[in-house]
Amino acid sequence: MKKFLGIALSALLIAGLMGGCGAKANENEIKIGINYELSGAVATYGQSSVDGILMAIDEINAAGGINGKTIVPVKSDNKSEPAEATTLANKLMTQDKVIAILGPATSGSFKAEIPVAEKNKVPVITGSATADDVTVDLVDGQVQYNDDGSVKGLKEYAFRICFSDSYQGSAMAAFAAENLSAKKAVIIKDTSSDYGKGLAANFLSTFMEKGGEVVAEEAYVSGNTDFNGILTKIKGMEFDVIYIPGYYQEAGLIIKQARAQGITDPILGADGFDSPTLVELAGADALNDVYYTNHYSSLDEDPMVVKFIADYTAKYGKEPDAFNALGYDLAKFVCDGLSRCETLDSESLKNALASTENFTGVTGSFSVDEKHNPVKSIVVIGLKNGEQDSSVKVSA
Amino acid sequence: MEQFLQQLINGLSLGSIYALIALGYTMVYGIIKLINFAHCDVYMIGAYVGYACMTYFHLGLLPSMLIAMAACTLLGMAIEKIAYKPLRNATRIAVLITALGVSMFLEYGTMFFVKAEVRAYPSMTGWMAQSFQVGGVNISMLQVIIMAVTVILMILLQFIVKRTRVGRAMRAVSLDKDAAELMGINVNSTISFTFALGSALAGAAGVLVGVYYNSINPLMGMLPGIKAFVAAVFGGIGLIPGAMVGGYAIGMIETMVDGYGNSLYKDAVVFAILILILIVKPAGLLGKNTREKV
Repeated sequence: MKKFLGIALSALLIAGLMGGCGAKANENEIKIGINYELSGAVATYGQSSVDGILMAIDEINAAGGINGKTIVPVKSDNKSEPAEATTLANKLMTQDKVIAILGPATSGSFKAEIPVAEKNKVPVITGSATADDVTVDLVDGQVQYNDDGSVKGLKEYAFRICFSDSYQGSAMAAFAAENLSAKKAVIIKDTSSDYGKGLAANFLSTFMEKGGEVVAEEAYVSGNTDFNGILTKIKGMEFDVIYIPGYYQEAGLIIKQARAQGITDPILGADGFDSPTLVELAGADALNDVYYTNHYSSLDEDPMVVKFIADYTAKYGKEPDAFNALGYDLAKFVCDGLSRCETLDSESLKNALASTENFTGVTGSFSVDEKHNPVKSIVVIGLKNGEQDSSVKVSA
Repeated sequence: MEQFLQQLINGLSLGSIYALIALGYTMVYGIIKLINFAHCDVYMIGAYVGYACMTYFHLGLLPSMLIAMAACTLLGMAIEKIAYKPLRNATRIAVLITALGVSMFLEYGTMFFVKAEVRAYPSMTGWMAQSFQVGGVNISMLQVIIMAVTVILMILLQFIVKRTRVGRAMRAVSLDKDAAELMGINVNSTISFTFALGSALAGAAGVLVGVYYNSINPLMGMLPGIKAFVAAVFGGIGLIPGAMVGGYAIGMIETMVDGYGNSLYKDAVVFAILILILIVKPAGLLGKNTREKV
């Protein structure tokens, strides 16, 4: 029995090795790695992004691909863990020899992937990593420049197609001060993510600049479920709005518990609110007077957006959310770069992406700036009974 | 004052959950000196069983809770039979590591079947969704249910442990296993019963958390599991009243730090207090210092 097991195991091992050799590059294919959160804490972001990406790739392949070559996505799951994202990026670049990697969706995992990209000289592009220092190193939150005017500490191979947290936090502070005429705000932030801390800091500084006052700053960590202590405390204070920079898992519970305690003031958030799970957790009744900054709104009447919504609904049987739209734009953006490449390799793709001008997508049209960020507008979505009710375009 | 009373209610309902989970830790520790890390995952499974009963079979809270408790009872006994019983005479560290393994197995096995994402319990309707005001303090029906169910289960547990034959057997085994065996007590079935009892309480806590917070996921047991374990140590591990006191104390401390201190340092304060108590009273709040027999 033991002998048989030994033979079987070695056969498996050899088969595995042969399989590795057998994966030969096909001349008529362009491989793009997909490194997303398909399971784990923020699985809905990853799954939504990938749905959008695959739809865009299908469309491009159906229209003849890039110069007659088919795009082949190599899909992998980083389980919402930065360490896993790094390992996968290494595998995709060195074994699968992909030309570029899309994802991960969150800033922490995407940042973990960048050193691998720089080492292998393969571009990585994300649709939704919004932290300020994703594509460039910051000193005290400020971009530094070299003597020749180029950006210091630029991550040469990292790109994104979404706005940054400072922009998002400032835009929401401006919206609160101007559109909601808020004077006093409470911040309840997720201190276990770069995302929550970055948003909170930028909301705070812009809100103060606009003459507002932050009366309390409370904190929680991802995985908390009981916020009654914090909410009872702030209930006794005077304030006009609550800002919750965090993800839907906790934000949903905070909104539910706040409304149950009788706190009826407007609640503000960021793109982390954008998930159908938010409605399930908070309950539709609690989601009134809730506003969040987002990349895109399905209420948009632009013909391109209308067509995207119709196509997406036909393909997946549900309305697309912002992560679907960003995923879709992300794949289109990279393919736009590929079509402008002189030679089909990672290096010229990087140069093509960096020189993108006036790319038009469903989340708005943009050019890529010197910091590898897009220059685009932001949408504030208002919820009524859990449904999107209003959308306002703002800029910080 | 109103705010203080409100925080008191918040703390009591949070503490009830910790107390229910802590009881399972403490009973198992009391009887076989094992920290059963898989206990917090039994609590998670309880929450999922309750979720299935309510979402797919549209049962009410009470039947769902009873089914979840029954399922957890079976699960707890199965874990003991499969994972711990063969190691009855092994070193304590071997059993401890097995417990960690069982915990991981339950967490990621569940994740395989139900996926990692958060699920929302169906929201309560009718009288259970109501809340009422008592002198400016807002109390929801769910908070009342949680506190009442916890108290009822604790009284029931005290009755079983103090007034029944099997309870007397449990106390005897925890005092001295070998002597109990010589007196004709079936040690194996007594241990199995202890697991059953603790797991049933964890199952009830799982369903209560599901309806109260509305959010469950396969890793939901980790954080409350650690807190409940702290609660058990805090009150004196191995002592049933200790787990109750510890559970309420931890829930209360957390809420009060949120309310009057800085929410950022909530967990740090809880563990700092634990360390202080253990320095002053190494056997826990209600524990008696006993000399190790050599």
